[in-house]
Amino acid sequence: MSGTARVRTLPLLAPALGVILVFMVAPMLIAGAYSFLTAGAYGGVRLPVTGEAYVRFLFDRDLDDSLIFDDTYLVIFGRSIALAAATTVLSVLIGLPVAWFMACRDKATRDLLVLAITIPFWTNLLIRTYCWVLILRDQGLVNAALIGTGVTSEPITFLYSNEAILLGLVYSFLPFMVLPIYATLERLDPRLVEAAHDLYAGRWAAFRYVVWPLAKAGVAAGTILVFVPALGAFLAPDLLGGGRKLMIGSLIHLQFTSSRNWPFGAAASMILMAFVLVALVIAARRRAGQVAP
Amino acid sequence: MSGRSKGFDWRATPGLGTLTVLVLVFLYAPLVVLVAYAFNASNLAMVWGGFSLQWFEKALANSDLRRAGWNSITVAVTATVVATMLAVPAAIALERGRAFFGKPAAESLMALPLVVPEIVTAIATLVFFSTIGLRLGIANVAIAHIVFCIPFALLPIRARLRDMPRDVEDAARDLYADWRQVFIRVTLPLLMPGIVAGAMLAFIVSLDDFLITLMVAEAGSTTLPVYLYGMLRLGVTPEANAAATLLLALSVGVVLAAYLVMRRGGKAVH
Amino acid sequence: MTSKALNRTTLKRSALALALTLVAGTAHAEGDLFIYNWTDYTSPELIAKFEKDTGIKVTLDTYDSNETLLAKLKSGSAGYDIAVVSSDFVPIFSSEGLVEKIDAPKLEGFSNLDPRWVKPVWDPENAYSIPWNWGTTSYSVNTDAYKGPIDSLSVLFEPPPELAGKVGMFNSPSEVMSLAQVYLGMPPCQTDTANMKKVQDLLLAQAPAVKLYNSDGIIERQATGETVVHQQWNGAAMRSRELNKAVKYVYPKEGVVGWMDNVVVPTGAKNPDNARKFLTFIMQPENMALQSNFTKYSNAVVGSEQFFEASMKDAPELSPPADLKVVFTPACPEEATQLMDRVWTRLKK
Repeated sequence: MSGTARVRTLPLLAPALGVILVFMVAPMLIAGAYSFLTAGAYGGVRLPVTGEAYVRFLFDRDLDDSLIFDDTYLVIFGRSIALAAATTVLSVLIGLPVAWFMACRDKATRDLLVLAITIPFWTNLLIRTYCWVLILRDQGLVNAALIGTGVTSEPITFLYSNEAILLGLVYSFLPFMVLPIYATLERLDPRLVEAAHDLYAGRWAAFRYVVWPLAKAGVAAGTILVFVPALGAFLAPDLLGGGRKLMIGSLIHLQFTSSRNWPFGAAASMILMAFVLVALVIAARRRAGQVAP
Repeated sequence: MSGRSKGFDWRATPGLGTLTVLVLVFLYAPLVVLVAYAFNASNLAMVWGGFSLQWFEKALANSDLRRAGWNSITVAVTATVVATMLAVPAAIALERGRAFFGKPAAESLMALPLVVPEIVTAIATLVFFSTIGLRLGIANVAIAHIVFCIPFALLPIRARLRDMPRDVEDAARDLYADWRQVFIRVTLPLLMPGIVAGAMLAFIVSLDDFLITLMVAEAGSTTLPVYLYGMLRLGVTPEANAAATLLLALSVGVVLAAYLVMRRGGKAVH
Repeated sequence: MTSKALNRTTLKRSALALALTLVAGTAHAEGDLFIYNWTDYTSPELIAKFEKDTGIKVTLDTYDSNETLLAKLKSGSAGYDIAVVSSDFVPIFSSEGLVEKIDAPKLEGFSNLDPRWVKPVWDPENAYSIPWNWGTTSYSVNTDAYKGPIDSLSVLFEPPPELAGKVGMFNSPSEVMSLAQVYLGMPPCQTDTANMKKVQDLLLAQAPAVKLYNSDGIIERQATGETVVHQQWNGAAMRSRELNKAVKYVYPKEGVVGWMDNVVVPTGAKNPDNARKFLTFIMQPENMALQSNFTKYSNAVVGSEQFFEASMKDAPELSPPADLKVVFTPACPEEATQLMDRVWTRLKK
């Protein structure tokens, strides 16, 4: 492969990286600084510099100012991570076969399917989530159908549960899984799959040795695009979950609004960011390690 | 050819078609409800009060709503185009470029807009813009959108590039010997599905963004999501459904027209 | 060669930015008024009449919460001439210098204001604000589904077993807790930890009976019977009743929480003269009546009632009993806000 001319990295990377550095990293430095300041009386921050916001994440202060371990925020984080992980797994389970199906069509159908998957997302998510409430609520369409057909006499409460949140999250992020996988499978050579099928004699083997190696990159991209935004989502938890339990997204949002504790909101975000970034760096390292030999 | 016993048809894996149809039903169910309730006579979005076209009239006559819709489209198109133009070279650099110290860090930085909870980005960007005195009206919103659109455009393109065979490009390079021609005639067409997927995702996230827009927007820059979220306090009216339906019809119309024109153009060439 | 391509990208980008700036730049001609308010909280008829009477072009931008407005004004003027702010936020905005002094008593039309709403606690000199709409926070009951007595906040906070899973609450710490404090007979903005412990115990005990905490869609939930008892504003309860006769807004013996939204002029407003014209305009009874007819909330302009729609004139939601105790929540000090945050987080752990 000595013929492969390696492109020069920096000039190509610079514009995008520059935009991120100026308009994302710089604001994040401000947010980072905020996490070490004291909450202003009515929002905002003021001096002195303190690490109290980070201490508060794990400890509660007793009346005599001594620290007691408090797992409240860990519980909230754990719940959000579990829900985001479940969302991601479900999205892969649904998204991979759909992407495979799409990739197997002819060009015109493929293009139409890509459009068909994205069109619902051109309308506002808030309104679409509202429509889920209409469909799922006690007097909603599903219950009306169930009662009408005599399956049940009393309405079944679907809403305001973890399952409803999960449905909302999968609904919100599914195309972010389907499209990247589809983009990697699109160039799947039918002859390869057929050959694999002949060789190993089985759909599963054909999938395992031909489709999956290609899809892997798409699944990795989709996982990032689904897991991370799902972690910070607050619309589905509030509207479909009934706001009964806090998620990281709502917790942080609350700190910047009615609880008026910007430093704690910033600190919680920094912890969340550190968690995700470390995971991403590890993934990038592992990938680099696989390619090198 | 006898190896093709019974002719394995890779396209016809059982169940996949059914699943895809079910997924489409899942994705479109709320949309059907949304459009149906746009014809609702009641002044509440979630209570059916008979058939009426009044909300379409109201939505069309509402100049604030029209402005918000127009702002949304302007920002989304700008952000999608710019973010995708930034993402393509960045994806090539990250997938094909030499490894360098800090590459994992650079990769993670590109994902930063995804990682940070929106409210934090929103407030930090607001503070940052006012610190550097950036007041470009709606361009402020567009800049903020470009930033968070980059990872959404970048990841599908990178995924597409990752396993793309290099030999085609190498062969082309030997033939044309000019990187620009190789890029335009070989790399770009091969990359196109990834670019389309990335651009679509960027467009979606921009069109739907609420918190960052809310904070960064100056007078006159209200977008559709900001307008709709502002309804939550007093009750969402079917005007929201009507506006969403109109916008949907408009965008589907434009895309279908473009699709038909492109197909015709494609046929003419062949 | 790469740099050439880059330059082209940069050029295109600057051209785009320029084009966008030009589009946005056209908004700053003479005769503009930029209003910032919740969506559907400004009567379109009111704006149309104002535009017709004065020739000023009104641009309406919308937001979702007082906190958003606070964050935006703190970072420097966002270009609004008029903003609508809840009473508890008025002292915050004025003490932080985020709103202009308007000296309302000197404005034409000020004498039209109901003496009850002149010089309120949140703006003792009417130096910064004039009233927009006001209302109360209590709860409503679907009387078809619940036949028990409804004269106390206990139905909401300590619901009988038959109401389990049928109670709805606002999803805002301050709105839930200020009503809880009225029920417990405490003054608002508690900084006393023992008292806040009582609030916490009350809410934790209530939680299993609560179906959901959500501040939107209440009108629908109460009208359709999805919830039987729901914390609600009076104007919203009226809209529920218009859909379902069985919905009744309760004036409990313990009292209710009151709120007032006020019109202010943000510091650095580009069209302060037009803003004044608007303030004078909305203090005329026939104009303010347009606003109340649209939102179904009361206003503070004497004589506007005669222009009210018939459905509003005899609405029980808009005519509270004379002896009703109405507690207006002030801007809570830091300590109280933090205690509320703790209780809220525990409640939803």
